[in-house]
Amino acid sequence: MPLFDYSLLLTGKYHDMLVAGLWLSLQLLAASLVLALPIALVVALLRLSPLAPLRWLGFAYVESIRNIPLLAHMLFWYFGAPELLPEGIKQWLYAGHIEAYSAIIALSLYTAAFMAEDIRSGIRAIPTVQFEAGRALGFGFLGTMRRVVLPQALRVTVPPLISQTLSLWKNTSIATVIGVAELMYQAGQVESATFRSFESFAFASAAYLSVSLAITGLATWYHHRFPVRTI
Amino acid sequence: MLEIINDYWVYFLIGQYPNGPLGGLVLTLLLASCGLVLALPLGIVLGLARVSPWRWLRWPVTGFVFVVRGLPLLMVIFWAYFFLPSVTGVKTDQFTTMLIALVVFDAAYLAEIVRAGIQGLPRGQMETARALGLDYGRAMRLVVLPQALRSMLPSLVNQFVSTIKETSLGYIIGLAEVSFIATQINTQVFTKPAQIYLILGLTYFILCFGLSRFAYWLERRLARRGISVANSASAPKVSA
Repeated sequence: MPLFDYSLLLTGKYHDMLVAGLWLSLQLLAASLVLALPIALVVALLRLSPLAPLRWLGFAYVESIRNIPLLAHMLFWYFGAPELLPEGIKQWLYAGHIEAYSAIIALSLYTAAFMAEDIRSGIRAIPTVQFEAGRALGFGFLGTMRRVVLPQALRVTVPPLISQTLSLWKNTSIATVIGVAELMYQAGQVESATFRSFESFAFASAAYLSVSLAITGLATWYHHRFPVRTI
Repeated sequence: MLEIINDYWVYFLIGQYPNGPLGGLVLTLLLASCGLVLALPLGIVLGLARVSPWRWLRWPVTGFVFVVRGLPLLMVIFWAYFFLPSVTGVKTDQFTTMLIALVVFDAAYLAEIVRAGIQGLPRGQMETARALGLDYGRAMRLVVLPQALRSMLPSLVNQFVSTIKETSLGYIIGLAEVSFIATQINTQVFTKPAQIYLILGLTYFILCFGLSRFAYWLERRLARRGISVANSASAPKVSA
């Protein structure tokens, strides 16, 4: 019996399982990212809004999501939330991949809370005179945001957003708890089927690390390509 | 909802104790506290190594920090769960496994907080200490580190909040912390999953929100005293 069985990882059934897991993890990452960004932008704008109740709403969203572990979110969206729905929708949901949908909802709501804070501090990094000048030129609140403040804030905001994407990538692993067949889950399956724990975990670790390094590399590239301009 | 609380609050708080192992919220807090207390010295050592002038020390530690920070905590837990017994030869229980995984994981993140705290201080502090005749070790221990640690205080409280959230992953290896207990209660009650997980979320929220408000208050208090707080942009947070 070889010490480290590469063949297990390179071809065959177990290779396919691990690769399918990696692919699903990447899909979770992409879907959650696409959903999280617009939610985060809306929440950030709520938190900066001139109306106190809207500001409170944004604050409540961010704090209530950030102070509860992602695992508890996942458990709620998988076990709890579907029970509150009407019977017909419930049946339809349970017929499909409900665990993957629950995971995507939990991941995107969770990530959005962190991203909203990054977007908000990016917007606040833009001097208020920029906003005031926009208003003085006759733009409304949203118009000033869209045409004057947000384009400048983007440069400040993208690096922390990339690092939140890295957290999101690592957080996709928690979906294994509710039985989503992503990378961590498949690594566990291969491990229990073959007792080759070292090989399967090495594959998963290498895959997680590679994507993490790629995301970190993207952040470094962005930092060099688009340095923050100081006025 | 009140009925569930009324029936299960003792189980939720302490698990099967005193008729069985300790569990529930108390175990969560115990695990988080032990994890942070043990990770802190390791984190300081790793953080010092990250800024050390000696390459043979800086490079391997930097590599270690990058690898741990590139992996999900769950991966670290899996490695600990399957390999601690074969390496040490002793069958480690879930608490020890989770504790070791948390210490390794948190130390890598704390190392970055320590590094940011040290690098956030003006260079003049180190240079003055060296000019006064202290060697590198003493200058670090007597001048730089005390100031850096004080400015890190809010980050440490935030790290504690993260650690509390991270302990929830003990669920996957069957550690009887509060998320696991909530799931146990859910299987017993069976009909009210939404309420039970709402209670679980609310419990975490009260704990973590309170602590993060405390960190915010500390930060403002330190800022009033003119202590620059370690830049949170360069001291990344965990979000498990």
